Amino acid sequence: MSKNMKISERLGALSIKNVTKVYDPEGVNVKAVDNCSMEIEGGEVCMIVGPSGCGKTTLLNSIAGFHSITEGSIHLDNELLCGPEKPIAAQGADRMVVFQHGALFPWKTLQENVAYGPTVQKTLGAKEAMSKAGDMLAEAGLGNFLTRYPGEVSSGMARRAEIVRALINDPKVLLLDEPYRAMDALTKQIMHESLLETYDRTGVTIFFITHDLEEAIFLGDKVHIVTTRPCQLKKTVEVKIPRPRSYETQSSEDFRKLLAEVNEAVHEEAVKAFQAGERELA
Amino acid sequence: MSASSQATNGQNKIAKPQGFDLLIYRVKKYFGRLDPYLTILGIGLWLFTYWVLCEGLQVWRFTKLPGPVAVSKDWFSTTPFQGISIFTAEYYDHIAVSCRRILIAFGIATALGVPLGLFMGWSRSIRDYIFPLIEVLRPIPILAWVPLSILLLPGFEWPVLFLATLASFFVTTLNAMLGVDSIDEEYFRAAGCLGSSRWDVFMNVVVPGALPFIFTGLQISIGVAWFSLVAAEMVSGDLGLGYLIVDAYMNNVTVPMVIAMITLGFIGYFSSALVRMLGNKLMAWHVKELNQQGR
Repeated sequence: MSKNMKISERLGALSIKNVTKVYDPEGVNVKAVDNCSMEIEGGEVCMIVGPSGCGKTTLLNSIAGFHSITEGSIHLDNELLCGPEKPIAAQGADRMVVFQHGALFPWKTLQENVAYGPTVQKTLGAKEAMSKAGDMLAEAGLGNFLTRYPGEVSSGMARRAEIVRALINDPKVLLLDEPYRAMDALTKQIMHESLLETYDRTGVTIFFITHDLEEAIFLGDKVHIVTTRPCQLKKTVEVKIPRPRSYETQSSEDFRKLLAEVNEAVHEEAVKAFQAGERELA
Repeated sequence: MSASSQATNGQNKIAKPQGFDLLIYRVKKYFGRLDPYLTILGIGLWLFTYWVLCEGLQVWRFTKLPGPVAVSKDWFSTTPFQGISIFTAEYYDHIAVSCRRILIAFGIATALGVPLGLFMGWSRSIRDYIFPLIEVLRPIPILAWVPLSILLLPGFEWPVLFLATLASFFVTTLNAMLGVDSIDEEYFRAAGCLGSSRWDVFMNVVVPGALPFIFTGLQISIGVAWFSLVAAEMVSGDLGLGYLIVDAYMNNVTVPMVIAMITLGFIGYFSSALVRMLGNKLMAWHVKELNQQGR
């Protein structure tokens, strides 16, 4: 995938149509997502912003195939992932998830973690997978930490290794669920730069859930603001700041304007969510 | 990027002590702390109390017990007054028999319990079949199984092995199952989207993820195995440390009784230390993680 291609020509287009998800804990129906539709073009960085517990993660889990949807359909490059006849998508390496709390296997070294995907999918032999994993980690600046366990490295490094573990499978879509939530501002900045660099290199579609509005605008091509539970698309803000972006971008006039626009839309929902006081769903 | 990788290079070049140097460092560190002295003081106080009660003041019923002086005199004598010392072959026969029984019982319990527990944690239907049954059998005290095992199994050896295995098996199975339950759902999800088959998940997530619980379980289970072995040897046995205790008591020689008890304590301690060491070796990732947390 070359960066010269226009976004619309790239693979990894997600089409979310009228998706509804109803949870049924203890006999009481809870609507987490209600008739939510979104079109995400291939190679687009799509940021999902909304109040805590609004059902953003539910949407991501439906795409990844971690649970079923009640109504609607989700297509990836015009192929059905899940829909009325097939409520739960098959899990697969075309959609790689980077988890909120990090899910590198703590019992495998960074290199073993990265090599795991190609090894079990048998796209590479065990040895080739290890050497490719080593190369890719080195490329991400983790060359000195190949034999370390995730518990021995900083959260920033672990998160970076997790993204490498996802990318080694050549996914069409990278699904990130607030991956930098617990990080300090300085580490976040480094993580953002490295994610943008990865994006510029691979052109993978990115579906990124966040609470951080500045992060959303800095990274995204589009920012989708969703309502408080049940989750619906409220507003889409296009970010027309040219790439490559650097941290100076954040002090530009355009950036500030976009931030104000997004903030206004989100704030309303945040107030509603706070007053409802509902607990986050898994 | 280049500046940061240089910095990490520099950090890696600080030589960590290895091999013998590391051992010296650890020993120095250990004796630099208060812990060993408190341990020595604790043992000293306990021995002193024991001596005062039995030999020093000869308090009431304690006169029936051999004191620390009487016990150690016999224990380390080439011609022990009451028949058992570190120079008699009989002493080692009892130890060897008990150790062999533990090895067999603990081995069988582990070989059966760990896979069973893992499968119970991994598969809902296997758990539904087996878990209720285990939960009913588990609370039955091991001594309650004694008559049944003597009726069912021939000779001295089989009932004893059966009882020691049974107790150890329940602990191991339950811990292995809880170990699987303790694994974060996200590891299963991650394995799923990385394209794992169900067997890949079992080998790469279920087994390593449950290991810390399994080894906690094994440490308890080897203790339980000793406990039930001795109980079994007391009721139905011809050799072994448990038998020695009861035999000595019946023949009114109390020194071998105390020697056997203390020996049991030491062997039990070493056997669980051995299990712990094996666990740490298999779970380098876990040990390093705990070290990072300053534990």
